[in-house]
Amino acid sequence: MVYLDHNATSVVRPQVLEGMLPFFSERFGNPASVHGAGRAARQGMDVARRRLAALLEVHESQIIFTSGGTEANVMAVFGCAARHHFSGHLITSAVEHASVLQVCAGMERRGMELTVVGVDADGRVRPEDVCSALRESTRLVSIMHANNETGVMQPVAEIAELCRARVPGIVVHTDAVQSVGKIPLCFEALSVHMLSLSAHKLGGPKGVGALVVDSALLLEPLLVGGGQERGRRSGTENVPAIVGLGLAAELAQHTMAEEQKRLRRLQQQLESQIQNERPDALVMGQSAEQRLPNTTALLVPGIHGETVVMNLDLEGIAISSGSACASGRGQPSHVPLAMGVTAELAASMVRVSMGWNTTSLDVERFVRSFVTVIKRLQP
Amino acid sequence: MKHPIYMDYQGTTPMDPRVLEEMLPWFVEKFGNPASRSHAYGWEAEQAVEKAREQVARLLGADSREIVFTSGATESDNLAIQGVARFYQDKGRHLITAVTEHKAVLDTCRHLEADGFTVTYLPVQKDGLVAMDALEAAMTDQTILVSIMAGNNEIGVIQPLAEIGQLCRQKKVLFHCDAAQGVGKMALDVEAMQIDLLSISGHKMYGPKGVGALYVRRRPRVRLKPLFHGGGHERGMRSGTLPTPLLVGLGKACELAMQEMAEENKRVLVLREQLLQGILSQLTHVEVNGSVEQRLPGNLNLSFGYVEGESLMMAIKEVAVSSGSACTSASLEPSYVLRALGVSEAQAHTSIRFGLGRFTTAEEVNFVVQTVVQAVNRLREMSPLWEMAQSGIDINSIQWDAH
Repeated sequence: MVYLDHNATSVVRPQVLEGMLPFFSERFGNPASVHGAGRAARQGMDVARRRLAALLEVHESQIIFTSGGTEANVMAVFGCAARHHFSGHLITSAVEHASVLQVCAGMERRGMELTVVGVDADGRVRPEDVCSALRESTRLVSIMHANNETGVMQPVAEIAELCRARVPGIVVHTDAVQSVGKIPLCFEALSVHMLSLSAHKLGGPKGVGALVVDSALLLEPLLVGGGQERGRRSGTENVPAIVGLGLAAELAQHTMAEEQKRLRRLQQQLESQIQNERPDALVMGQSAEQRLPNTTALLVPGIHGETVVMNLDLEGIAISSGSACASGRGQPSHVPLAMGVTAELAASMVRVSMGWNTTSLDVERFVRSFVTVIKRLQP
Repeated sequence: MKHPIYMDYQGTTPMDPRVLEEMLPWFVEKFGNPASRSHAYGWEAEQAVEKAREQVARLLGADSREIVFTSGATESDNLAIQGVARFYQDKGRHLITAVTEHKAVLDTCRHLEADGFTVTYLPVQKDGLVAMDALEAAMTDQTILVSIMAGNNEIGVIQPLAEIGQLCRQKKVLFHCDAAQGVGKMALDVEAMQIDLLSISGHKMYGPKGVGALYVRRRPRVRLKPLFHGGGHERGMRSGTLPTPLLVGLGKACELAMQEMAEENKRVLVLREQLLQGILSQLTHVEVNGSVEQRLPGNLNLSFGYVEGESLMMAIKEVAVSSGSACTSASLEPSYVLRALGVSEAQAHTSIRFGLGRFTTAEEVNFVVQTVVQAVNRLREMSPLWEMAQSGIDINSIQWDAH
């Protein structure tokens, strides 16, 4: 099997699982307990927090562990909105992950005003568009760092600085679920107040993520009762998974420079081979300034993306036609539509996303099968 | 015998090795996202998730479509209470709970109060049980939800769930039960007990941390406003990628509980009796907090007169116990649960929670009895209060001088 759907979920790195195992057995204590069993668990969690903090160059106290990227996104938007008693204005973009779009829509239903800014043909949010959407009452701007379907990276730092300069007290959040661990990321340099991440997109386990926050930021908690994570997120901490997230972050930090280069080469291999064979194939956001090295979204006129995906699955190749969260719904993704792609062409989209265990051979097999399949499907 | 001896099963349980074994393949080999509909990795993960859902449902006498997976009981409690309150707020804005509930329930209720809801916090009787007539008297035509736990996390007291369920159904009020400490430890049947929503935690029943579930009744249908918006997983009630290994673990833990609970409860109860009688036969001025009859078999909460709980914990370092709920054990506030039973502040400070469970042995219990008896005797020998009490002075009658 060739697995090229790492943006949906990545394979847990064996070293990560190995590091987690003691926390399922000997070190099973509740980190809130004061006895030795509790302290052994807490210590593992503290080390994990340090590892993640090092990756993002933040202080440990800025990390709030959550149950995943979705919770971190919801917590960021809800926490900020609730702080303002659900009054004021929010800005987000048309290509965000469903969790951000839906929680923003939820805040709108609770009485806030919402502006969804569009993107250009490369899938990029224009900072000037965010700027002209700003109001004195804008409380929160949430713009993702890299898109899950196209890998296109947003000018988050530039947007954040503009927002800060224009509206005092504004809060900027970025959903960096697809970026953390794949490309170098420094929280400070992004100028944001909040950043969401998820472990299972970077070789860590499912069921854990984090919201990284500016130390001065006040948020209303989403989950209450117990007061864990300095009262910011209640519930017994998922210690083994947190340990896994820490290890995945450390591994990512150590291998990132190499990995980035390696994946970039594979991406170039994939895209040039496909476009040689199929000059009609389009890579979404190909001319964007920056794109993740592991993600390629392809459009081929006249074919149906879901059918291609199913056919490739029969050949032992796993890719997707868009975000996993929206998969199987038979509707074109909101991302190409926002980029101005027609609904018909958008329906042809397939997403290939590589990861730490992807090899050049995998890419070759994919290209060969993909070209064969679309030839067969085209009348 | 492995040291230190773990007797804090209400804080968290060790995972059953059979649960871990079941989980392991789902990290590396079978890592797919259950929401991926386009390839076999996703399908096999989805099948595993659905099997787990069945296993959880079966333990509760529920239908698998009534199980919503969450990150744990705290999230389940938040989702149940906030979700119901926000959905039914046009029908009424009054909730009822009890003062001895877990913080996840109490704090959620406090948040709703700040949003204009009214909450009645029922007192409990000396044995820790909610009085049915007090519950009935608290209900108004504005009441939309009653939230009462199954087993208490500190004193193990089991509330009369079937009676509460019946009353709620009769009054057309929804009944939520925080059963984090109950599931797998006592027979629970959402039909027989007429429970509408029920919170489950993985790590309190030999499953993994970071996972739980909320049972949400379908007939008559209970509706909720979700806390986590997003990909529309869990039929729109809870979004976020489903953590397959954790769900597989929770499912297996439920299956094991279903098969072994009856036998296990008998065995654990014998051990608890051994612990209690061992201590009572060698020490005076020891009291059991909360009902002994209506109680989870794996819980014993004792107050040791003339001893300070924290000093006792230090003196029995070889035994991992808690002097209150783990969530608040870092603070030195006396337990609000014990205070609610009418236990004095001084006595609340002298209390220890012993949590026994699946891996507790008779040998360990013997060791704990000896350790506790020795430690209490030693601490009492050093205590001037104990000396006075021994010579017949009533401590409560002493007029203390201010320094």
